[in-house]
Amino acid sequence: MIEQLARLGRTGLLALERLGRGHLLLLAILKGMTEIVRRPFLLIAQMFSVGVLSILIVGISGLFVGMVLGLQGYYVLSQFGAEESLGVMVAASLVRELGPVVTALLFAGRAGSALTAEIGLMKATEQLSGLEMMAVDPVKRILAPRFFAGFLSMPLLAALFSALGILGGYLVSVGLLGVDEGAFWSQMQHKIDLHEDIYNGVIKSLVFGVVCTWIALFQGYDAVPTSEGVSRATTRTVVHSAFAVLGLDFVLTALMFGD
Amino acid sequence: MCPECGELGDGLDGHYSDWRQSRLCSFWPGAPGWWRAWPLLRLEAGADGRYTMSDSQAEPLVKIRGLRFSRGEKRIFDGVDIDIQRHRVTAIMGPSGTGKTTLLKLIGGQLQPEAGTVIVDGKDIHALPLDALYKLRIRMGMMFQSGALLTDIDVFENVAYPLREHTSLSEEMIRKLVLLKLEAVGLRGARDLMPSELSGGMARRVALARAVALDPMMIMYDEPFTGQDPISMGVLVELIRELNDASRLTSIIVSHDVQETAEIADHIYVISQGKVIEHGTPEELMDSQSAWVKQFMHGLPDGPVRFHYPAPDLAQDFFRHSTGGRP
Repeated sequence: MIEQLARLGRTGLLALERLGRGHLLLLAILKGMTEIVRRPFLLIAQMFSVGVLSILIVGISGLFVGMVLGLQGYYVLSQFGAEESLGVMVAASLVRELGPVVTALLFAGRAGSALTAEIGLMKATEQLSGLEMMAVDPVKRILAPRFFAGFLSMPLLAALFSALGILGGYLVSVGLLGVDEGAFWSQMQHKIDLHEDIYNGVIKSLVFGVVCTWIALFQGYDAVPTSEGVSRATTRTVVHSAFAVLGLDFVLTALMFGD
Repeated sequence: MCPECGELGDGLDGHYSDWRQSRLCSFWPGAPGWWRAWPLLRLEAGADGRYTMSDSQAEPLVKIRGLRFSRGEKRIFDGVDIDIQRHRVTAIMGPSGTGKTTLLKLIGGQLQPEAGTVIVDGKDIHALPLDALYKLRIRMGMMFQSGALLTDIDVFENVAYPLREHTSLSEEMIRKLVLLKLEAVGLRGARDLMPSELSGGMARRVALARAVALDPMMIMYDEPFTGQDPISMGVLVELIRELNDASRLTSIIVSHDVQETAEIADHIYVISQGKVIEHGTPEELMDSQSAWVKQFMHGLPDGPVRFHYPAPDLAQDFFRHSTGGRP
């Protein structure tokens, strides 16, 4: 009995310790921002590998999600004769929710796991130690540029996701199902609010960008430096990111749209 | 003295090597003194503001006293005292798992000891603030067992990395320095290869070129001979000794390859079970009367160190009724 309690306590303490290490790392990364001002090319290189290389998966997913939204929305709305509102429905659900959330989930799977594996392997092959011994701070030189690349890429990717999603919705509803084109666009333009919908969506994706990249970098940096450790860390990145994104999405939605 | 122009070094300090002078003279024969001393002055003055240390300083470069360190429950070091003399090759030997690499990380300030001090060039490395520690590390090179090269840039860029980070030399100057360092390890022709295209021995030589890129005061070698074929082994053995003597470096080798290490080391410390068991010149250790040291130095299968990990009697273990390998 006592032993079980002790084990529970130990697990709790270890988890708290890990959380503390994670926050310390985040602070160190934020302090490392100066390095990016000094060497902007580091950030640009990472924007490419974190952001640009994610464009394809995010774009294609956005297109299909939008097409599915068009189809499903049409079946529901046509029952009430409100097909003209299809544009609003597609755009609102993409900009407010699906854009930031699905992009963050895709980002965690595509870029987050790659970041964790990269950092974890750099640790396992002593590259991080090597940098430290060359008097180069790996947090500033390696982690900080990746962190800001993730932070900046996420809203851009989410915007791309939403834009292609709306295009997908348009193709299906106007092209395939014969919804009136003018009504599709004009209702969307009329109902979608810059502050209420778009800004809130951008804020969400900025938050998800911070959280997903932070989780990915911390898992890599804190990984047990063996092949098994790195593979576990990569899995944890995807799982933790998914939980964090979905949980935070609820909190943020309640704060933004709850009256 | 520079073998090419015959000019004497200006004796600024022990790190201002004849080796470097000769190399620099070879691409700028009439270089004025201030120019030849300049890269050194930058680093030395940046590191601690003084560059007039004399060779004759008898104080050891690294002084370890009462070092204690544990990993989890396991005590790795328990009161270790080691002196690393300047301009010598000191080897730290011991069987696998005695924490030799850990010792290098403690000297480099990457790990914190539980007790004891590590004094590097007169400074307690674990009491230094981070920026001072980083400045001191500029003067310490380390060659990792795996090479620890950055895998996303080629050989040239790997060697240029510390120069780009810590100096503001022109691109032309960096190119020349990198080619000189690569020439010294015999890999000038491999400058465009990626680390994944190198053999283990080549990767270590590139790592060595990178470690000496900033002309450090000391180099730490982590298991430099492990897993090398006889040729690259011979090359490495020679390189380490030559670099040490020509550049008046201080070298610390961590290894369990007795033959190779004994060949080049001036002084050997043998560590086991968290303590220094014996130290002395290679000859003294070869003739040691201690059964343990004798077994280790001569690679005898039987002696105080058992081949078998502690286990119950074989016959008992065989005939015990068990499931899944456990009693």
